[in-house]
Amino acid sequence: MKTTEMLIAGFGGQGILFSGKFLAYKGLLEELQVSWLPSYGPEMRGGTANCNVILSDTPVGSPIVTSPDVLIAMNLPSLEKYVNTVVAGGQIYVDSSLIDVKVERDDVEVFYIPATQMAKDEGISTLANMIIVGHLLENHPELSFEGVEEVVEKLVPAKKAALKELNMKALSLGKNYNK
Amino acid sequence: MAIVFEKPKSLTDAPFHYCPGCPHGIIHRLVAEAMDELGIEGKAIGVAPVGCAVMAYDYFSCDMIEAPHGRAPAVATGIKRCRPDNIVFTYQGDGDLASIGMAETVHSAARNENITVIFVNNAIYGMTGGQMAPTSLPGQVTQTSPYGRDVNHCGWPIKVSEMLATLEGPEYITRVAVNNVKNVKNAKKAIKKAFQNQIEGKGFSFVEVVSACPTNWGMTPKQALEWVESDMLPYYPIGVYKDRSEKEDAAK
Amino acid sequence: MAERILMKGNEAIAEAAIRAGCLHYFGYPITPQTEIAAYMAKKMPKIGGVFLQAESEIASINMVYGAAAAGMRVMTSSSSPGISLKSEGLSYIAGSDVPALVVNVQRGGPGLGGIQPSQSDYFQATKGGGHGDYRMIVLAPASVQEMASLTIKGFDLADKYCVTTMLLADGTIGQMMEPITFEDAEPTVYEKPWALTGTECKRPHNIVNSLYLKPDELEKKNFERFEKYAEIEKNEAMWEEYMMDDAEICVVAFGIASRIAKNAVAEARKEGIKVGLIRPITLWPFPTEVLKAAADKVKSFISVELSMGQMIEDVKLATECKRPVSLCNRTGGMIPTPEEVLSAIHKAEKGEF
Repeated sequence: MKTTEMLIAGFGGQGILFSGKFLAYKGLLEELQVSWLPSYGPEMRGGTANCNVILSDTPVGSPIVTSPDVLIAMNLPSLEKYVNTVVAGGQIYVDSSLIDVKVERDDVEVFYIPATQMAKDEGISTLANMIIVGHLLENHPELSFEGVEEVVEKLVPAKKAALKELNMKALSLGKNYNK
Repeated sequence: MAIVFEKPKSLTDAPFHYCPGCPHGIIHRLVAEAMDELGIEGKAIGVAPVGCAVMAYDYFSCDMIEAPHGRAPAVATGIKRCRPDNIVFTYQGDGDLASIGMAETVHSAARNENITVIFVNNAIYGMTGGQMAPTSLPGQVTQTSPYGRDVNHCGWPIKVSEMLATLEGPEYITRVAVNNVKNVKNAKKAIKKAFQNQIEGKGFSFVEVVSACPTNWGMTPKQALEWVESDMLPYYPIGVYKDRSEKEDAAK
Repeated sequence: MAERILMKGNEAIAEAAIRAGCLHYFGYPITPQTEIAAYMAKKMPKIGGVFLQAESEIASINMVYGAAAAGMRVMTSSSSPGISLKSEGLSYIAGSDVPALVVNVQRGGPGLGGIQPSQSDYFQATKGGGHGDYRMIVLAPASVQEMASLTIKGFDLADKYCVTTMLLADGTIGQMMEPITFEDAEPTVYEKPWALTGTECKRPHNIVNSLYLKPDELEKKNFERFEKYAEIEKNEAMWEEYMMDDAEICVVAFGIASRIAKNAVAEARKEGIKVGLIRPITLWPFPTEVLKAAADKVKSFISVELSMGQMIEDVKLATECKRPVSLCNRTGGMIPTPEEVLSAIHKAEKGEF
């Protein structure tokens, strides 16, 4: 039995929920069992946002992630809040453009990605989230990068067709970061 | 022998439970005659209120439903939206329509729901035994305003027709009375028009009928009708408060 | 096989309702169930249905009452404070014996409470809420798939027995996305000779009514209605058992709590603790028989709830208090972790309550 529990956290507007949806859909395409649970309510409006994604080869029990295998932290408060909940041996993805501290744990794997800056440089400033997702996919064989076009196709509305290409660009940037 | 007068088909044979001298009987009859004349009895669905007319479902021979207090326009909305080809009407008193059910009244009017609303205003809660209504007149003595309605304490009566007429939504808002033959005849015309409007798909048509409550007013039926003329109608003037189609026709 | 798609629980309810032939939705906005109304607002005009945002919860339940009386499959949805407002209408609908589906995506209470998930409307749903002697069938989905399947089942049960079915969900299952499949199936159609359709001057008038001023008539009506309820109790209880075969401790939980409890039971099994789970799917009728039978086999029960302990009373009643029942709970929008449930299991194993 292999289960990966993910926690994605940041500000509202950073595409936190979308990143989670993307990962959940990718899991669905890989024929995994998945769940996606957003934070909801007033805190979404300009405040912090987070979502829980669980990918498993067996039915998902509780959809609530309390001890993530993977944390994506898109801002400092999120990193501070959740850094110690990550299981030993887990992964933490840090948007290092927005977070200038280092993770002081040696039992987890940490990826520092200046995603917000990279996105800005490429003129896709709203897609820092997808740069991190692209990098994450490279580290997760159960998801893999292959087939991301299909997920983008599914999640980006037809009305915003231009965004499809930009999402693909962001994913590739993430994939190739540090190579 | 030629029949010159008979009970409308749209009324059942059930005897009314109303008090002697109560105009509900007249108003029921007017509604039933209007339905007969328009040939809509078989398509009509009536909504009874909570109040003296709560058992109207026994008196009208069309399909009937009894609504929670004040909610008749919402119940009628549910029915009409599902069955737009049926003719849906509510029959409500002043406590039901203008107090507890004011939100449902205003919003069904604002939506211009294609329903017919018969609003019987007798300025008192009849069924519960004569308490102050939202339409009780200033100074009116009731069980819960034993020293007369003090507007500084419990506010002013609500002129529902005038208020609804300020809305963009409704098609037809009128006030009639049933205190004399002439007024009864005009009331009949208004009620028929309110149904006709619905048949033509024009929308929310509202007939306020200024009525009387001899029992709870503590008057004889005759005195009560006189009080309608002397006290009620000056405060609640008869008239058409809104008639969109007529206005549009006039503008053409 | 039908395609697996990802859907939010709230949207699954809406889609399932449409597939069940419900073309009439009346509602009023409240978190955390707004996706249902949004979905209906988008879909209904395109399929010849009715979506109407009412001026209040009170108006919306009465629109449901009218539409149900007119013989239509109809629904409304809300969350806890909104259900309180609808309770008057629920009582009238019960007293008039017309079928409807009402969804409660629960949030913390009392009062305005909060917007995070809760199960603290258990009493309101299963014991009344509105006034008078009446029952509603109460279904408790624990997954997005069940949000859909129990919605369809709920309409069928409502029509079959002329009662209200309440889908008692919570904010978590309403908001979460999971894979779901929809089977292509034609909705079951029930005869409704009592419906308000207009007499066409061909039959006596139908009356939909809950007023019976003569007490002997009202009593008779209530007795008849409770015969119907007895049928429902006999025929319609649903539950899931998990690792109960050799269990010595029985966890009882429904909805989102059951999923957390399941994780804890699986953990405890790894430690060699003989524990199982009974998940009521119908909260009314409560699956009394299976719990009663379990009481002869297990040493104790744990009721896991997102409330101050409401279902626990039914567990005690069902088991006739033969075994101790402990409570493992969080409330106000908080959710117990599997670890908290596990520690309740540890306590039960040691005989501490």
